[in-house]
Amino acid sequence: MSTEAAEATEVQKAPAEPLLSKRRRKIMSDPLNEDNPITVQVLGICSALAITIKMEPTLVMSIAVIAVIVFANLIISLLRNLIPGRVRIIVQLAVIATLVTLVSEILKAYYFDMYKVLGAFVGLIITNCIVMGRLEAFAMGNKPYDSILDGLGSGFGYAWIILVVAFFRELFGSGSIFDFKVFAALGWENFPTNGLMVDSIGAFMVLGILIWVQRSKTGYVEH
Amino acid sequence: MQRSNTYIILFSIALTVVLGGLLSLASVGLKPAQQKQIELDTKKKILGAVMDISSYEDPNALLALYDEKVESIVVDIEGNLVETDEKGNPIVAEKVNIQKNYRFDPEERVYPVYKFKGEGGKVDAYIFPMFGAGLWDWISGYLALDKDLNTIRGVAFDHKQETPGLGARITTDVIQGRYVGKEIFNDQNELVSVSMVKGEGNPGLTEHQVDGMSGATLTGKGVNEMFENYLGAYLAYINKVKSDNKLALK
Repeated sequence: MSTEAAEATEVQKAPAEPLLSKRRRKIMSDPLNEDNPITVQVLGICSALAITIKMEPTLVMSIAVIAVIVFANLIISLLRNLIPGRVRIIVQLAVIATLVTLVSEILKAYYFDMYKVLGAFVGLIITNCIVMGRLEAFAMGNKPYDSILDGLGSGFGYAWIILVVAFFRELFGSGSIFDFKVFAALGWENFPTNGLMVDSIGAFMVLGILIWVQRSKTGYVEH
Repeated sequence: MQRSNTYIILFSIALTVVLGGLLSLASVGLKPAQQKQIELDTKKKILGAVMDISSYEDPNALLALYDEKVESIVVDIEGNLVETDEKGNPIVAEKVNIQKNYRFDPEERVYPVYKFKGEGGKVDAYIFPMFGAGLWDWISGYLALDKDLNTIRGVAFDHKQETPGLGARITTDVIQGRYVGKEIFNDQNELVSVSMVKGEGNPGLTEHQVDGMSGATLTGKGVNEMFENYLGAYLAYINKVKSDNKLALK
């Protein structure tokens, strides 16, 4: 597609940069850890709290966010030289809103149960600062292929954090993983589930511990 | 780079047309699939109020079961049968939009009734759809009464956006199970409805009370109001069926 076109022009200008060069791998891997959107940039917290009660909705939400962020990055990057600077935020918002509405409609048509569970939160991807932040900070000034990588990086950076939070919340809050009763299967029938974990406060706690662990490893300090 | 106002306006128009067109296409293209899902969901909830349907994985098997077991009618607030809508078209209970009806005065609404047939085709339970306001947005429910039209066989609630983990618990089996076996009439045969009390783990509940949800008192209030409103509206129909049954027994 158009990414290949961008690749081709790049090849003509300079010696070909490998498809996954060191710079590009960094674009991908930075948001996973050192520049993670949730734990370091502290964006997208609202949805990270709201939908992480169970693994399955969290997984669907992760896929939705990754899809939206990758395609929005691609589209904005392709249009970056056409978008008038004075209305760029509105253009970005319109593109995100369209993609999110599409995701929501598709969920409604083919995955109705999940649509009911996620409800408003799919629509709220529009206001997820991660998506808009990437468009403004990266896609507006970079080539399409790099923007896709950046989108994937940030998307997965968001996804793995909320999946870890959901793992602990479902395990201790409902005693299950993907609705499979883990403790019952291990022969611990009346496992005392922790109501705090079902509550959003539980998400704050798990997230706080995650941030603590991560920051003590990377040595990141707030400036 | 500064661009002229004309360019900005043209760009915005083009963008709007393209994105708008895309969304309309998606909306039109996905509509049949979405409507089928909604129909399946409705029928699932109706059946779910009277029986355990978790063993029915296949949507078509579920729809077949629905056709076999459920007979539906529409009544008005006086308990009279309604067969056509205001335009004279035949009215189908499953197609009645409870949410739309909720906006009308109670006297002008139409009320679907679903009769669940047990062995030998005899009516075994009556299922009444309901609609009301929760804390953040609408809540709805299906209430199934045993054939004595007093004892609750089961309920199935739905909601738009009650708080997950708090008010949203009305959709869980734990909360819905608390309604089973409760009664809506007192010994003097007066309608008292069933109400969810404040707080959780309350001792000494009567047959007209169910234990509440901790942290979701307002959702509980919404459910109570919904019950009162709709049981009041169905009262005429319920009394009519009761007196018919008495005549049949004589």
